[in-house]
Amino acid sequence: MKQGIFTIRKNIALTSNVYQMELAGDTSAITCSGQFVNLLLDGFYLRRPISVCDRVEGLLTLVYKVVGKGTEKMSRMTAGETLDILTGLGNGYDLSVAGERPLLLGGGVGVPPMYLLAKDLIAQGKKVSVILGFNTKDEIFYEDEFRALGADVTVTTVDGSYGVKGFVTDAMKTMDYTYFYTCGPEPMLKAVWNTSLTSGQLSFEERMGCGFGACMGCSCKTLTGNKRICKEGPVMRKEEILWQK
Amino acid sequence: MAEMKVNLCGIELDNPIIPASGTFGYGYEFAELYDINCLGTFSFKGTTLEPRFGNPTPRIAECPMGMINAVGLQNPGVEKVISEELPKLAKCFHKPVMANVSGFAIDEYAQTCEMLDACDQVGWLEVNVSCPNVHGGGMSFGTSPEAAAEVTAAVKKVTKKPVLIKLSPNVTDIVSIAKACEDAGADGISLINTLLGMRIDLRTKRPVIANKMGGFSGAAIFPVAVRMVYQVAHAVKIPVVGMGGVSSAEDVIELMLAGATAVEVGAANLINPFASRDIVNDLPRVMEKYGIQNLKDIIGGVQ
Repeated sequence: MKQGIFTIRKNIALTSNVYQMELAGDTSAITCSGQFVNLLLDGFYLRRPISVCDRVEGLLTLVYKVVGKGTEKMSRMTAGETLDILTGLGNGYDLSVAGERPLLLGGGVGVPPMYLLAKDLIAQGKKVSVILGFNTKDEIFYEDEFRALGADVTVTTVDGSYGVKGFVTDAMKTMDYTYFYTCGPEPMLKAVWNTSLTSGQLSFEERMGCGFGACMGCSCKTLTGNKRICKEGPVMRKEEILWQK
Repeated sequence: MAEMKVNLCGIELDNPIIPASGTFGYGYEFAELYDINCLGTFSFKGTTLEPRFGNPTPRIAECPMGMINAVGLQNPGVEKVISEELPKLAKCFHKPVMANVSGFAIDEYAQTCEMLDACDQVGWLEVNVSCPNVHGGGMSFGTSPEAAAEVTAAVKKVTKKPVLIKLSPNVTDIVSIAKACEDAGADGISLINTLLGMRIDLRTKRPVIANKMGGFSGAAIFPVAVRMVYQVAHAVKIPVVGMGGVSSAEDVIELMLAGATAVEVGAANLINPFASRDIVNDLPRVMEKYGIQNLKDIIGGVQ
């Protein structure tokens, strides 16, 4: 983990409530996809945990949804403004077990972490398939970005206004894959967990206090013991998940 | 040269800064970020006789200038703390540590303290009779002078280490409780624990926290801490450790003027993991600004 000051380079709307922010700063603590950063906003006491969408040396990309007052404030920030950010938080995805044809499933605001994951897997020579799930056509973002990486992309919409009608799991049933990685709302994670025919990794969300393992605010029970979503997570292996809710 | 040393119940601290229990784990995670030997000491995560998972999530809610938590004393239990956590800590922290203890019955407090009394690493026992997030224990011992005195007496019987009783602000007369602890043999008082609070999500119309209520902490509660430290420090002869929303070296000076011998830093560690170190480093500058040569001289110095 590192604490650093980042300068906003760009902050643009991708949909009516999803934004992409590019920040310049020290990204060296971000070691793999699936990790998150925790950023401090003026006027808010707790930091905001946001998943890493992409990072190259010196440049961090976050794609975030406006869900409350904090992210609403973020959406109004402009190039040149700075943010205090803790980087390199969480365990991230383990790419070593992907096999040759990994399947990535992102739902809504769970799509962004799939981007860096797809990029890294493709760089390793894997044949990557991606399913991006949204409620409706107007909510879709990053379809072209995933295609540009060279991934095989399927988009699903619940209302059928674009791509395959239904949930990511409806598309998943028709796919052939060696392993899966997913991030999205918990009902989706559970559906993917139930539908999947292989082993895989799932990324979870929880309200956090600190984001770096100190407060025990985001603990969960797993079959391999108690874990902190922010420290031993947010990525869990399929075999260790104990569904509570 | 700014003199920051203070004496807490017979043990000298290099400076009065103590990360508060529940915001600093068992120390070693922060030791990955900076040398925690720069601290006076720290109070480790509230430990109980048996292991506890704590409350269901969500356990955290944000507030203006603060936060609510309802962790519910998640900890691995005293046996594992002694066999696993303390040996890990020994590698990165070479000062006496403050052991924070909680319980659900008088003899649980006593048993846990007796086990920790045998640990050389432990300098003080900070007995939490003020956790608002557990049922049938915790705060219920800290809201009546009789119960607080009973816990104090039971713990004092099993240890030779200095015993600090950590009090709840969720009471009408903090002074009577502090005095009851002093009369029962407490070596010091630490306060304040969190204020009982609650938030409701307007969209779901449900409490934000699964436990409904939780402990409100952070900068917002600092004035309450100053007031209660002032009241208690002027009523008892034993040292008072002040805490509650401390976020800066200026806050440390203010609580010491109110009567604190040492100062704990809580929620600030969760926002800025370097907060306690930064406060230690900033203290000499603030002391100079206010013409303070020796921190000891300002304890209870409010006019």
